Amino acid sequence: MTAAVRAEWTKLRTLPSTGWLLVAAVGVTVAGSVVVAAVLHVNPGSPQDPTKLSLAGVQIGQALIAILAVLAVSEEYGTGMIRVTLTAIPRRLTLLVTKAANLAGLTLLVGFIAVAGSLIAGRFILPGTGIDPAHGYALVSLSHAPTLRAAAGSILYLVFIGLLSLGVATTIRDTAASVGAVLGLLYLPPIAAQLVNDPTWRRHLEQIAPTTAGLAIQATTNLRAQPIAPWTGLGVLVVWVAAALLIAGLLLRMRDA
Amino acid sequence: MSVTTSAPPRLTGKSASNSFQSVLWAEWIKFRTVRGWIIALVLAAAATFFLCYETAAGPHTGGCSGLPAGAICTSALPTVVPTGPGGGGVADTYEFVHHTLTRDGTVTAEITSLAGVTATNASNVQGSPSASHPGLASWAKAGLLLTPSTTQGSAYAAVMATGSHGVHFQYNYTHDTSGVAGTVTMPTSRWLRLVRSGDRITGYASTNGQRWTEVGSADLTGLPATVQVGLFATSPLTFHGDTGYPTLATAMFDHLNVDGSPASNSWLGQDIGTGRTSFYPTLATGSFHNSGTSVVVSGSGDIAPAVVQGLEGTHTASSSLLLGLIVGLLVVIVVAAMFVTTEYRRGLIRTTFTAIPARGRVLVAKGLVVGAIVFALSLVVMAVIVPLGQHLLRAHGNYVFSANTLTQVRIEIGASAVVAMAAITAIALSAMVRRAAVAITGSAAVFVLPFILAAAAGGGASAWLLRLTPAAGLSMLQALPHYSQVSYAYTLGNGYYPLTPLAGFAVVCGYTVIALAAATVLLNRRDA
Repeated sequence: MTAAVRAEWTKLRTLPSTGWLLVAAVGVTVAGSVVVAAVLHVNPGSPQDPTKLSLAGVQIGQALIAILAVLAVSEEYGTGMIRVTLTAIPRRLTLLVTKAANLAGLTLLVGFIAVAGSLIAGRFILPGTGIDPAHGYALVSLSHAPTLRAAAGSILYLVFIGLLSLGVATTIRDTAASVGAVLGLLYLPPIAAQLVNDPTWRRHLEQIAPTTAGLAIQATTNLRAQPIAPWTGLGVLVVWVAAALLIAGLLLRMRDA
Repeated sequence: MSVTTSAPPRLTGKSASNSFQSVLWAEWIKFRTVRGWIIALVLAAAATFFLCYETAAGPHTGGCSGLPAGAICTSALPTVVPTGPGGGGVADTYEFVHHTLTRDGTVTAEITSLAGVTATNASNVQGSPSASHPGLASWAKAGLLLTPSTTQGSAYAAVMATGSHGVHFQYNYTHDTSGVAGTVTMPTSRWLRLVRSGDRITGYASTNGQRWTEVGSADLTGLPATVQVGLFATSPLTFHGDTGYPTLATAMFDHLNVDGSPASNSWLGQDIGTGRTSFYPTLATGSFHNSGTSVVVSGSGDIAPAVVQGLEGTHTASSSLLLGLIVGLLVVIVVAAMFVTTEYRRGLIRTTFTAIPARGRVLVAKGLVVGAIVFALSLVVMAVIVPLGQHLLRAHGNYVFSANTLTQVRIEIGASAVVAMAAITAIALSAMVRRAAVAITGSAAVFVLPFILAAAAGGGASAWLLRLTPAAGLSMLQALPHYSQVSYAYTLGNGYYPLTPLAGFAVVCGYTVIALAAATVLLNRRDA
């Protein structure tokens, strides 16, 4: 098992795309948060959630984490490396678990840096747009329990998005199709929810879609208006991850490589 | 920059095997023989159709569960949008103090003041004068109006003072000409005059009642001998962002005069179009009273082309297409990218470039093959779903703005062409980056992301995204024209785009051409 973990770690680490994807994930997350905070127009009628605004970049950064996870599997199929891997580690579930563990460790670290960067950016930029103590908004701070929950939850969210993408890519095996499927899974339900006219259906859609449910963890104010409670929402994402990895594990066992 | 040794040899003569048709044929065979791609595109077409169908079949009138407290459930009532003489939906809600005029005649009045109030609550809450603050709508209208009938949607011609756009002459809802500028206050009152001569109605304005200038004229063909003529006042919604607030305007008229003699007292005051089923939100019912020699008329509503798409239960020919298009677009981008990146992955690209050394031709052929297939599939879906979607919406009691055949065909072709352009751009990007993950993410970021951001952002950011990014292509879906004489939230959420359909399509084509050119340069410079 240790050898398997080390082998997978070496592969993940030396994949040419991994390095710049990780840097890009952090950069895009922080940049996204900065842009959202900077272009914000505060309407006195609609109260803002400073923590959620600071973490808005996660919605873009998740795409790069997802691609990183897809490539970790699909490139092995693309190059035929998977046959060597499975010869070396014949227990296929062990292989999936070690891949997942490596990916989770890496995304945990990247998620931590990206979320920390976003929060720091939010703390310094938001007061400039009128979200400051003078207007009744506290500065973004981890000493505020809901903010701590949102920050920790966002890191976990990124880890789960990585694992979900890993499951999808193991199921589909082709890079292009997997990237398309994962991007669709992440971004289409929120658009669909915007376009659904019936509020009840919109709420249901937001409760079951991985992104809208999972990102409920970022809300710190007006929790009643959210489609789903923060931890319940992250739980929905965990169900998605479990289902994706279960299907991936079964298919990995049943199919020829 | 020196020419690298790997540069492909230039074609010197016309080679039979390298004619563009044979390149095109080769690429068509390559695409056709990968069954997964064909299946993916057919599934994408089916998914687009299904999602458009569901979006159109989804909204039923009567679903008012999610409205805020105190909101009026407009969709529970059948929404009545009158149809104007031009065939389009119109707003026709105003206070009319009128008198019968037989054959030719002249009506003159001095409008000495025009004041207004704006509701504190948005248009989906029942308005009342007590919940309002002073504020005259910029398109508040008061003046003289001539119409053959007081039913909504009748032909008319009117000369009016407006809140802040000066004197205007308008007729039959969509026609508008402006006259003397400036607002109406006591020292600068406006004199208005409406003259009927046969079918021709001419509006005049004056600042002193002595020297008259013509503001505009209209030929209302088929005007009956007996018409209603009189004073009117109305005041439309004022928009703050996407939210409309009803307003009420009160105008004071003096020196009312018909055919050179002072008007008698036999004037009839009437609210036009303020019933429960009337769609146009009003602050209060209009009224009129005599005050000394003056007549005071107050009214709420508008006499203009209807632009109520943001109100519940109203749709356009293209309002149920967006989700289906985005889903289809994503699949098309994946397939188009694979058409190039798979060749690099398998090494087939070296065989291709050996057989056809003119690399730009290969790229263009790939683009044409995928673009044509995608365009054809998409056009089939659109040609069915655009009429069917409107039929479904109407069948469920929704109001759908009528669009003429030309507009519908433009929407169908335009939507398909934008998807085809996205496919060609994805091919060019794939030839540049060669890796599927990057090509797909890049194409999705360029084509799908601005669509989503523009839909979500709203306001100025949305307008700029719809001008500068490939999302400008969405303008092809525009079903309703802009009217400068109607203040409205002309936003994506309400079905309006900042660019005209063709300008928006030109932006997308520009991106495609740039991507193809850059890809050709890179293909010729790099080793395969």
